[in-house]
Amino acid sequence: MNMPRSALVSILLIANSVCAFAATEADYKAAYAAAEAANKEAAALRNQWTTTAATLAAAKKAADAGDFDAATASAREAEALAKASSFQATSEKERWKDMEIR
Amino acid sequence: MASTIRVRAIARGDTTEVQALIQHPMDSGYIKDAKGEIIPPHFIQQLTFEYDGKNVFLADWGGGISKDPYIKFAFKGGKKGDDLKISWLDNKGATDTTTAKIQ
Amino acid sequence: MKLRSATQLASAALTLAALTFAAPATAADKIDPVADAKAFKKFFTDKFPKVKLEDFVNGPYSMDEGLHRQWEEKEQFPPYEFSLDMGKEMFTKPFKNGKTYEDCFPNKGIGIRQNYPYFDEKEGKVITLELALNRCREANGEPPFSYVRDEMAALTAYMAFTSRGKPFDIKIPNDPRALEAYQRGKEYFYTRRGQLNFSCATCHVQSPGERIRAEVLAPALGIMNAMPIYRSEWSGMGTTSRRFTTCNSQIRGVPLNPQDDEYRDLEYYLSYVSNGLPISGPGARP
Repeated sequence: MNMPRSALVSILLIANSVCAFAATEADYKAAYAAAEAANKEAAALRNQWTTTAATLAAAKKAADAGDFDAATASAREAEALAKASSFQATSEKERWKDMEIR
Repeated sequence: MASTIRVRAIARGDTTEVQALIQHPMDSGYIKDAKGEIIPPHFIQQLTFEYDGKNVFLADWGGGISKDPYIKFAFKGGKKGDDLKISWLDNKGATDTTTAKIQ
Repeated sequence: MKLRSATQLASAALTLAALTFAAPATAADKIDPVADAKAFKKFFTDKFPKVKLEDFVNGPYSMDEGLHRQWEEKEQFPPYEFSLDMGKEMFTKPFKNGKTYEDCFPNKGIGIRQNYPYFDEKEGKVITLELALNRCREANGEPPFSYVRDEMAALTAYMAFTSRGKPFDIKIPNDPRALEAYQRGKEYFYTRRGQLNFSCATCHVQSPGERIRAEVLAPALGIMNAMPIYRSEWSGMGTTSRRFTTCNSQIRGVPLNPQDDEYRDLEYYLSYVSNGLPISGPGARP
């Protein structure tokens, strides 16, 4: 199909911003549960991030409004944040010495 | 009950330097509390420093002045041992006044 | 072990050639608070040669001329006077059972702030002044105060005031648990946390005198000496607990509970490495 380049680009962008598949409530619930579990691990390491909780709240809010695409995306982001915070806690167990005044 | 006004006035040559610290919430009326409700406006609207029967400093304040305001100024005149009278009036009609001796 | 400047690296390479500094410290490094404190002070005095050792307790005011002038003026008529008066009133007022705070503390609670925190060998934990005050209340049938509100701030302000000028005198008894608490505090201080990945050291060791947004950062040396602090930002007096928890949330880390082990250990470490510097509390800060 002959299409100006800009139109093709914008179609691809639009296609990307909506999930490749439409997320269902089940998808959201699974993503949310995974995020919560990851955040619990971070809590055990005493190193949660405030943004994790905020993103989880945003996910829930979107789900309550029926927007499961956004809700799932937020839940996945929250899981990534939670995992990053756990990674930070673990790696800092040794890395802290780099900053130490000796 | 303790005065809300702390003041120190020091005569130096032909001027008197005044510092004052006033205890007052100075709520602007724009801030919300933890429950999300507006904290009603409660602030000093008028502040006067009186020496020898005349106002040497008069302030008309609004909600933009911070809590427990601090004021510093100097006026011509004033002798050690003389009285300096400070009063304020807030938007709820409350007042306080104190008289200090110039040092 | 990474060092800060090229010259330090060069001299370290020469003097430590015999040691395997390239290998990560797998065996437990011997905990040496005395050496730590010495290195800590040297780091800051080297970095700011024009600042007298005792002036480090004034935080950002020793880092910036303009701020220093404003602060000197403010100290003539400090903003914390109301909180200090309230603290004195609270301290001398008896509990419902007739006793007072004087009965809980050595020397009736006057001029003792510089000894806190201390390591309680019976309990095996660090006791801070805030914790001791609430324990005093509970022992006398009174409800504890919030660690982050005005009342605790006023009480600790008064106690700090009675110790003004006295040098910090934190003791680490010859007890492995005390050394471990100290070490945990040190580790907390240098550990990066929060989504912004800052440690306490990021601001207070790497960047004192520099700005974070509009604020001038204080050096870690002497940083506990001015506590509690009247912050213009808070329009009031705030406790050490408040500062620790808000620092955490500012770097997007969920704060722990005030007076949790980590915070008490942190206060222990930070106070110890400032031993010898005078108590300047309560302080005023932007």
